[in-house]
Amino acid sequence: MENKNTAASYMNPYLAGTLLGTVLFTAFALTHSGLGASGAISRIQVFLTKIISSSHVDQVGYFATMGGGDRNALDHSSVLMFVGTFVGGVLSAKFHNRFRAEVCKGPNLSNIRRFLFALLGGIFMGYGARLARGCTSGQALSGGAVLSVGSWAFMLSVFLGGYLVAYFVRRLWN
Amino acid sequence: MLPIDMSDFGKWIGYLTFFTVGVSFGAVLEMAGFGDSRKLAAQFYFKDMTVFKTMFTSIIVACLLIFLFSALGLLDFSQIYVNPTYLWPGVVGGLIMGVGFIIGGYCPGTSIVSAASLKIDGMVFLIGTLIGAGLFGETVKYYSDFWNSSFTDRWLLSDWLNWSIGATVVAITVMALILFYFAEKTEALFQDKGTVEKAIWNKNKKTYLASAVVIFLISLFIWSFGQPDPKRKWNIMGAQYQPQLDSREVFIHPLEYVKTWNDANVKLVTLDMRSEDEFKQFHLDSAKRFSLEDVVKKEFVFDLLQLPPQGVVVIVSNTEEEAVRAWQWLKVQGVANLYILENGLNNWNQLFSDKVLHLEKIDLTRPSAKVLELFPKDFYKAKIKLKTTKKGAGLCS
Repeated sequence: MENKNTAASYMNPYLAGTLLGTVLFTAFALTHSGLGASGAISRIQVFLTKIISSSHVDQVGYFATMGGGDRNALDHSSVLMFVGTFVGGVLSAKFHNRFRAEVCKGPNLSNIRRFLFALLGGIFMGYGARLARGCTSGQALSGGAVLSVGSWAFMLSVFLGGYLVAYFVRRLWN
Repeated sequence: MLPIDMSDFGKWIGYLTFFTVGVSFGAVLEMAGFGDSRKLAAQFYFKDMTVFKTMFTSIIVACLLIFLFSALGLLDFSQIYVNPTYLWPGVVGGLIMGVGFIIGGYCPGTSIVSAASLKIDGMVFLIGTLIGAGLFGETVKYYSDFWNSSFTDRWLLSDWLNWSIGATVVAITVMALILFYFAEKTEALFQDKGTVEKAIWNKNKKTYLASAVVIFLISLFIWSFGQPDPKRKWNIMGAQYQPQLDSREVFIHPLEYVKTWNDANVKLVTLDMRSEDEFKQFHLDSAKRFSLEDVVKKEFVFDLLQLPPQGVVVIVSNTEEEAVRAWQWLKVQGVANLYILENGLNNWNQLFSDKVLHLEKIDLTRPSAKVLELFPKDFYKAKIKLKTTKKGAGLCS
């Protein structure tokens, strides 16, 4: 990093993978379970819904198991991991000079369109992750490492879904 | 013995552990470049295979560490959470997520890191995931049968292939190494002209090859060493369960058996290890005969691991020594709520011999709950404690 304002280059993918695998193993060794992200997202959503209408959270069974009655949806280990992941992201971005407001998008896309597609993609992701009972972290990485059949089938499906649609949305990224 | 559960030392120590693991997780994702949607999306145009390389490396590394530690007797794999398989909901959910991935440019974990490094598209994506999760909660009631379908608990690739865990580990390691090679070649082919990273493969060739050999050798070692069988596992880690036998808290009174049998909330499995003749002569209704050799068989234990959290397994034998052996070997394989019928069936008939039910004969193979009323309330000490959830239910719930 000769220039203080230049973002550092990214880590070698295999080295990053080795570190990530070690973190994953440590998570298993210290908590019985691996990593996760989408469970916390679901809980934050229930928490926010409860602020708007707590009776609605009680009525919808799926929400009630997380935040019904006097249950606090955020009182769960996955939320702590979410906060940790966020803090880790901030620290690393600061340290590597990547902590700056910007919009990551393909060269031929307006900001507004990028935001629309990001929102839409997020909705798909959030929905699918609940349907599949986990996301890339909780299912693919954690379940993949312990050889769960469902996690491997899930992982292949994610890649398949992406590759099937990639051609049709190539103008988003190229 | 791993895994240790940090939350056993207090709720907030557990939470602090999850937080710390999260910090490392987030930092590594950011360092790998996963905070930038362009880098993630490039995976699907073969231009930058970082997502694939990093993901698979981490899976292989974690997998090798887990089964290496398990082979060496340092980690009890039966206590490690394995995501249950809901095959078709997982596949459909995965396809939807793949579409979301390429449209939105992130997955949930990476969008957290992206938002954390002030990427505005990452923040918008994260808001989208909240909406998506909410929509799921609102709509799942219309197809909850599908959502709960094709379920198998703790189903490993090795069970599916009917291979040993070691052979499976070698196979996916070799597969990953081959795919890494093709990923490098594909990247070089599809990369935009003049990209700096082109030289990486050539620069690192020797290191890569050496690492590949090391990884492969570790997987071979895991295969040749083998995962510990129940006998060896009991020798290594039995000490932590022995107090349950010494205090006799897992020996249940026949009347508690009758009570459990009549409890509609409990799924009771009765395993009878007496001889075939004895079994033919008399056995408890729905009891299944088995021998000590079955206990070490993968399929036998697999079925017991499918039980819901309110499943109870009771071992019946007229020799306590034999029952204890079976208990030990099943226990170290992760069978939960495991009990032994105290004294087997030795006193079974005697217990009910002088008891008469009004207008009804006591069916000794399946005594009804009414029988319990013939005994004083404190006739036996209840020992079965049901857990309502399985330990370490994962972070996705």
